[in-house]
Order: sequence, then structure tokens, then C-alpha cells
Amino acid sequence: MSTPVTSPAPGILTGKRLDELRSQGRAALIGYLPVGFPTVAESVIAARTLVEAGADILELGIPYSDPVMDGATIQHAVDSALQAGVRVRDVFDVVSAVADLGAPTLVMTYWNPVLRYGVEAFARDLSASGGAGLITPDLIPDEAGDWIEASDRHDLDRVFLVAPSSTPERLSMTARACRGFVYAASTMGVTGERTTVGAKAEDLVAATRAAGGEHVCVGLGVSTPQQAADIARYADGVIVGSALVRPLLDDAPFADRIEHLARVTSGLAAGVRHARTGTAQ
Amino acid sequence: MPASLQSMQGPYFGDFGGRFVPEALVAALDELEIEYRKASIDPEFQAELARLQRDYTGRPNPLTEVPRFARHAGGARIFLKREDLNHTGSHKINNVLGQGLLVKRMGKSRVIAETGAGQHGVATATVAALMDLECVIYMGEEDTRRQALNVARMRLLGAEVIPVTLGTRTLKDAINEALRDWVANVDSTHYLLGTVTGPHPFPEMVREFHKVIGTEAREQILAATGELPDAVVACVGGGSNAMGIFSGFLDDPGVRLYGFEAGGEGIDSGRHAARFSGGFPGVLQGTRSFLLQDDDGQTLPSHSVSAGLDYPSVGPQHAFLHEIGRVDYQPITDDEAMEAFRVLCRTEGILPAIESAHALAGAIKVGQELGPDATVIVNLSGRGDKDVTTAAKWFGLLDPETATETLEGDL
Repeated sequence: MSTPVTSPAPGILTGKRLDELRSQGRAALIGYLPVGFPTVAESVIAARTLVEAGADILELGIPYSDPVMDGATIQHAVDSALQAGVRVRDVFDVVSAVADLGAPTLVMTYWNPVLRYGVEAFARDLSASGGAGLITPDLIPDEAGDWIEASDRHDLDRVFLVAPSSTPERLSMTARACRGFVYAASTMGVTGERTTVGAKAEDLVAATRAAGGEHVCVGLGVSTPQQAADIARYADGVIVGSALVRPLLDDAPFADRIEHLARVTSGLAAGVRHARTGTAQ
Repeated sequence: MPASLQSMQGPYFGDFGGRFVPEALVAALDELEIEYRKASIDPEFQAELARLQRDYTGRPNPLTEVPRFARHAGGARIFLKREDLNHTGSHKINNVLGQGLLVKRMGKSRVIAETGAGQHGVATATVAALMDLECVIYMGEEDTRRQALNVARMRLLGAEVIPVTLGTRTLKDAINEALRDWVANVDSTHYLLGTVTGPHPFPEMVREFHKVIGTEAREQILAATGELPDAVVACVGGGSNAMGIFSGFLDDPGVRLYGFEAGGEGIDSGRHAARFSGGFPGVLQGTRSFLLQDDDGQTLPSHSVSAGLDYPSVGPQHAFLHEIGRVDYQPITDDEAMEAFRVLCRTEGILPAIESAHALAGAIKVGQELGPDATVIVNLSGRGDKDVTTAAKWFGLLDPETATETLEGDL
């Protein structure tokens, strides 16, 4: 196959950004928001707010009818986005609309919307819109042959997950298949805020590094600046979702919700930035 | 083409099947596959399963010829495989007993399951009681209303029934919730999936536990007629009863196989659950198969008068059998199914599950097509006691006052 490759802007690939932050002695804050919630235009404002308030990397979710890895908060947000009529192709517009901020932007998606769109077409359009790659919660590398080829053709990152239940063989296979980072699920469970983050997370990060994971970021359940700081001590990135979506689920006027989102984000960003200097509040 | 269609092994059935699941579940699926493969060649496991099938389920169940019903089916000889006579009232018990024994072997103490019509939930709650397992059943809120009696049955058996209030509030959403529970509790918990879909090894394993239907039916029809049947028909929701009976005949090219899906209010109405008439290949709930989906790959709501067929996807081996043309899949509308339901009640004194009534309606068509020299086996997958309220309402059999009382009593 001929490969007219659209190269992403230099320096915005996820791994490169994680390296830069590592050399500054800190982890990344990776913030998740669903595309099209509350509306497509408002989700652009929310995503820009995240970056301006201190998120280093964006994770934009494609709303899906059957989100089996998501807890109640994100389910409600994506249900509402779907009811408001969000389409899969809207993700490319939102990615383009935040590209000028320079934060690597990954798209989080369940696999069927990509299959239906066409794996090659999706990779092409994501690359053209300036997206960095995909996080795929229900696609394991074993089933990802088409996506691995397409992401190679279009220089896109591919982030697969590892879990506390992953065997050493699977950690190493998954680490090899990932580009950008390996997503370590802090706990056995779905997304949602938790008062404590699984103690197994640190062990999982160490095991994933030992298995060859170049960058390892931790998600699931992270909701407070202190939790973010704790994880930022040992991981390359802290992934936060539900705690950022919750301010937007409020009934308050949109401007107030955005302000709330900015406050939550700055708190988490401060937690991440001071983790290794011991000044987290 | 595989050497044997009836013994195909997962994870793939042609382009279908696989394991489209969160990584967190892979270790549990691997453990399950290893235990299942060991059990399938362990004479002790096989003997225990056979004992339970005989002494607990009541197998073998009969193959009943239904000549008065057959007059409505072009005069063909029609035989019913009587899964409705199993303990708990449907084929579902075959799979649940097998998986229950595996749960004990794996040393797990808790089972979770999804249910649509309630038949799989009742079977699971039954076996959990028998084998001393903690049991949680997820059921769409819409279905808990349609099948209120089965909710009570499950609770009587000691199960906790959790109504699912997310999404479309039907079987698909109950499966999502069960998957979320499983990810969080996989150390202690087995997901006792009720049909031939989901991630490997479920499609193959559940089929193997239902193969007994086809094995018995084959022996019984040979004993009754001295010949293989011309056709075997079954209803197809997820497709476990159909895979079970087809497994006795898939490698006999002379036996025509028919799978009848829920055509709901008709394919053109968009309100149906006919994946092979109105769906496309895609991935849902762990497997690649045919599914009802929109242009964006979002799952479309399905519709059927029968809760047990009301599911937007179908087992991956069915998708493969459809693609190679070995099985003919056709839709049956709500109206056709309810008419066949009525005919069987009135001609043979057998009250079928509305799911199975789709197979009966299909048999009427197949019999008329093949004519009076043909022999047709219908898998009567379940009995209709659970459907009395729905049927009474459909046929207007209750006077208004009683109807209100009965229906509200059921709610």
C-alpha cells in the first residue's frame, strides 16, 4: 500500500512530551473529557480550559452507547452527549480546535466506532486533525493488528492498558505494542472517583517498567491533588477523568462550571508539579 | 473451511469471535479456558455433569411428535425437542450446570449473570443454590417489569436481583453492568454468561454445554424415523439453544438448518432484533459478530415481544454460519410468533415460551415449503409459564378488571 503519511507537528508526540517533563523532574497531568459534552462547542471550551489550567496532555473521549469500562459519572456525561446528537466525526473538529495549545491530544475510544468508521480512514483523519493517537480500553494488542499497522502508517501513538491482573508475559507484550505510554489501571474496576487509589498501582508501574514500558501513566480512581501527587512520585503521568467531568455535570451556568473545572484542574496540576519536591498541599 | 463445523474451536470463527475486552479480564478468561479444556477431557467432570443432567435436570427430555400442530405446517412431520421440560423450564440449565461445576473447580465463591427474559437468571440462581454460591443477577429495569414473576423466583432462590437503570434498560445494559462488576471482583467472581457470545472461550464453551440437545435429538429422530430430519429449526437471540441443537447436525450437509430471529414489528419498522437482516459486522461486549448499529457504530436498540430475543448482537459462530450459508437465518415478526404460540397451545396442549414460538412460526413456513414428505425438528427451548401475562394481554383474554389486577400484581 502506498503511504502518503501526514506527519504530526514536530514535538507534539506524547512520548516526547513525557520525556521533556521527565527532564524537568515531574510527571504529566493527563486530563480526560468527553467530546460533545455538554455540546461540541462547549467541549472545545472545556478542553482548552483543561490545558490552560495545567493539564499537559489531553484525552478526548468519543461517546459510545456501551462504555463497559466507565462508571456512573462518565456514563451520564456520554449518554447526555449522545442524546445531544454528537457524532464520531466531531472528535476531529475538537482535536483541531485545541491543536494550537501544543498539548498532545489522544483520543479515548471503544473499538466499534473506529471499526465502523474504518480503521485506516480513522487513523488518516485523526492524524490530519493533529491528534496524537488512541487510547483503547476494550482493544487488547492481541486483536489490534489493523490498528497497529494503521498507526504505524500515520505515526500515531497507541496506548493499551495493563491491569493488576496482567501476567508478566502480557505486561511485556503490551509494553512492546504501546507507543506514547502504557496506561496502568490503578485498580481492578471501572472509571470513577475513589477515596483511595489501589496500593497495587505502584507495583504495577514498577512491573510494567521492568517489562520494558518506556513511559507508564496511571489512571482509574484518581480524584484529589494528594492522590495525584502520590502517583506522580513514581509514574510518568497521572490520568484524571471523572473528577474533571463531575464539575461539568452540574446544573450551574456553563461559565460557572468552566470556572469550577479550572479550579479542580489547577489543584491537580499543583499536586503533580510538587509531588517530587514534597510541597503538595 | 474447518473440517468439522460442529466442533469448531475459538477464539475465531472465520472473521468473527475474538476477545474484545479490557485487559483486566484477560487473566480470568485464560484461567477459565484452561479449566474448561481440562474439564472437557476429565472423566470425573463429565460423569458428574452427566449425573446432574439426568438426576437434576431430567435428561434426556423427549422428542415429541406433534401431528395436530403439523397440519398447520404443510403436513410435514414435526417433532419438538422438549427443552421446556427441563428443570427450571428451559435449555438454560444445561450451560449453567456446566459452568457451575467449573466455578467450583476454580475455587470461586460468587457468580454473577445477566438475564433478559429471566430464564438464564432463574437457572443461575437455581444452580447457585444447589452449589452454595453467592449469586447476583443483573436485569434491565424494563425486563424486570416484563418478567416480574421471574424476578420473584430468583429472589426465592436466594439471588440478589439488581435492576439496571442505565442505557436502554434491557439485556444489553444488564451485560454491561455484569462486565463492570466482573472487572471489579474477578478474583472471587465468575461471570456465568448465559449464551454463545461474549469473549473467548464463552461462545465455544457454552455451545459445548448445550451440545447435549443436538446429540439427544439426533439419536431420538433416528430411533423414531430411521432417518435424519430434513430440517432443524430454532430461535436465535444470543443463539445458545440454536447452537446446541445445530451441533448435532452441522456436519450432516443433507440437514437444512434454520435460525429464526425476532423480526419484531417488521424489518422495515426498524423495531426488531434481526441482526442478519438489519445488522452489520462489528464488535460488542467482547466479540466480533453481526450487530444492530448506526453509521457511527453506536448500538441500536432492539425490539421484540420476547425479552429473551431482544438483543442487538448474536453469537459469533452464528455469524460465521450465516456468512458461509450453512444456516438460513430469517426474521419472524411478533404477530407470526404469537400466532404460532396460540396454535401450539390449542392443537397440542403445550404452552411454549414466546422465544420458542419464533421457532414454531419458522417451522410452519419451513414445513409449508418442504411439503408433507419432510421431517422437521423444532427446538422447543422453553416453556411459556413466564409469558402468560404477556400472552393474555396480547390476546385480550382477561376482562378489564382482572387484567388490571393481574398486571399490576405482576408489576
